[in-house]
Amino acid sequence: MPELRMRDALREALREEMIRDPKVFLMGEDIAAYGGSYAVTKGLLDEFGPDRVKDTPISESGIIGAGVGAALMGMRPMVEIMTINFSLVAFDQIINSASKLHYMTNGALNVPLVLRMAGGGGSQLGATHSHSLEGMYAHFPGLKVVCPAFPADAKGLLKRAFRDDNPVIFIEHTAIYGLRGEVPDDPDFLIEFGKANIVREGTDVTLIGYSGSVHQCVRAAQMLEEQEEISAEVIDLRTLRPLDIDTVIRSVKKTSRAVIVEDDWKFGGFAGELSAQIMENAFDWLDAPVARVCGKDVPAPYNRDLEFAALPSEEDVVDAVLAML
Amino acid sequence: MTAESPWQESGPAEAPTTEQLKHFLYQMAFIRRFEERCGEMYTKGKIRGFLHLYIGQEACAVGAINTLAPQDKVITHYRDHGHAIARGVDPNRIMAELYGRVDGTSGGRGGSMHIFDVEKGFLGGHAIVAGHMPPAVGLGLGAKMQGLDTVTMCIFGDGGVGEGEFHEALNLASLWKLPVLWFCENNGYGMGVPLKDSIANDIYKLAAAYKIPSIQVDGMDVVAVYQATKAAVDYCRAGNGPAFIEVLTYRYRGHSMSDAELYRHKDEIAENRKRDCIDRLKSTLMERGDLTEAEWTEMTERVEQETAANVAFADASPNPALSTLFDHITKEPARA
Repeated sequence: MPELRMRDALREALREEMIRDPKVFLMGEDIAAYGGSYAVTKGLLDEFGPDRVKDTPISESGIIGAGVGAALMGMRPMVEIMTINFSLVAFDQIINSASKLHYMTNGALNVPLVLRMAGGGGSQLGATHSHSLEGMYAHFPGLKVVCPAFPADAKGLLKRAFRDDNPVIFIEHTAIYGLRGEVPDDPDFLIEFGKANIVREGTDVTLIGYSGSVHQCVRAAQMLEEQEEISAEVIDLRTLRPLDIDTVIRSVKKTSRAVIVEDDWKFGGFAGELSAQIMENAFDWLDAPVARVCGKDVPAPYNRDLEFAALPSEEDVVDAVLAML
Repeated sequence: MTAESPWQESGPAEAPTTEQLKHFLYQMAFIRRFEERCGEMYTKGKIRGFLHLYIGQEACAVGAINTLAPQDKVITHYRDHGHAIARGVDPNRIMAELYGRVDGTSGGRGGSMHIFDVEKGFLGGHAIVAGHMPPAVGLGLGAKMQGLDTVTMCIFGDGGVGEGEFHEALNLASLWKLPVLWFCENNGYGMGVPLKDSIANDIYKLAAAYKIPSIQVDGMDVVAVYQATKAAVDYCRAGNGPAFIEVLTYRYRGHSMSDAELYRHKDEIAENRKRDCIDRLKSTLMERGDLTEAEWTEMTERVEQETAANVAFADASPNPALSTLFDHITKEPARA
């Protein structure tokens, strides 16, 4: 299997899906000539031409809405929103147009639209450019929310997103675009939505993350093993909606302890939802309250030390585990 | 009113035939009576939620939508019953939708503001002001990319012009030369705020900023609406890019059923009723000897009976089963 960086695995997925289905096209800000802000679409303009790899004005609402309309006309569009922060100005299109049309039409219409966006903090971009909004999008019925942590998953999940008949929010953490990993080159390699991945098996505690936070969980598990002889299981959710709660519950019933790790704020966030579901489904198996290691409840600061203090670290995960044992 | 057609390339539109005019008159009378009955059923508590009646504006829907071909698309705002009827959506199913019943256009999941009929190319019924304008761009883009002979008519109100989505959508449609006809129903008020307090310029002039040819038309004159729209649709269909029409119209009833109308005087409504689209076309046809009193009586009786039948249909339609609550949240492949 070839080893690829995350961004290259994503590009492979886009290429293969464009070759497979002539209805697939890409549009977004600086995705064509510039090659994408994170170089995911680099080279695709030359291969597929400007009709299928389309630069757009800085009009997030306009281009996401245009994606919705093109999907209604039988196309399979992907809209890249440069970063998830800019999706906020297009919230109306994502929520009111994309997520509700299937239900509001009693199934007559559907919106096969892939919305890719870079997310997450840690790059000293300040409060407006460091959001983790995946939990917010997962709040809405009608949307699917995908958050890959590894290059192979990124490819398999993105390819799967193009086969879905619904709007898919595909969130790529900016901190792991350069991460390398083995990636299958089979054009039919797909990863189903709603299937969490047990990245590492363990017996004493379950660490649950997605996207960037999976890597903190893995590092924390290594530290726990080496320093404390604690065996931690690590679950990568891969998709927040649909959510594979069964895999989480099976693991928690085995370990009796759970720590949820995410960059997003704790207050009102996805970790709270997952924590509640664990409580509802595995209350009698828990030996300690579910712990949440999340972003601190502040707008992201610019200063490096302040920003690091605001984001969860593997040490925070280790501390949370030690506190519950 | 601007006189010159800005899309001369497509030639002047033919005047509608007498047969067409009689059809327009019937449709306008039908929509008005249908809407009156909606108001009555709302008062009786059979229709709930928000209800925005189209009474007064009938010439816009009838004049504009009758210019379209079957493969064309209509996407519109929430005052949408008249548009749906003009597009040929079954009024029984519209009324049943307003009742929230299983035989409604969305099986009772949509309501008054969300009427859809995919078979008729009627893509809603959208209730966030101007929120349907970016999707209209996409309909045009999808049509153009696939080489389809499809024009998208996007109908919105004067209130939508203040939204950013209006400007993004016009810019994209012009930039990409898409076959989209922007059709603005200017009824003078964004809910209760008069246009002079919300938009800094004449609406049709804004289109020029995006290099979209535009015209302002008397929206109480169905013939004028039809002719202007026909030429604009031909212009779009010929691949010239988008066109823009502003029709000056007036709604006789409140913004919705809960409007106390504190913002306008009754005299203003009475004054506008003198421009009434139905009276106007009826008089024209009678003066020309193309319509008799007996024909008109027959027409209104047919309207009376058919709209009564719409109400009876909705009354007889069952509520959707509670077991269907979770149906159609997402579209999934059938399980083997």
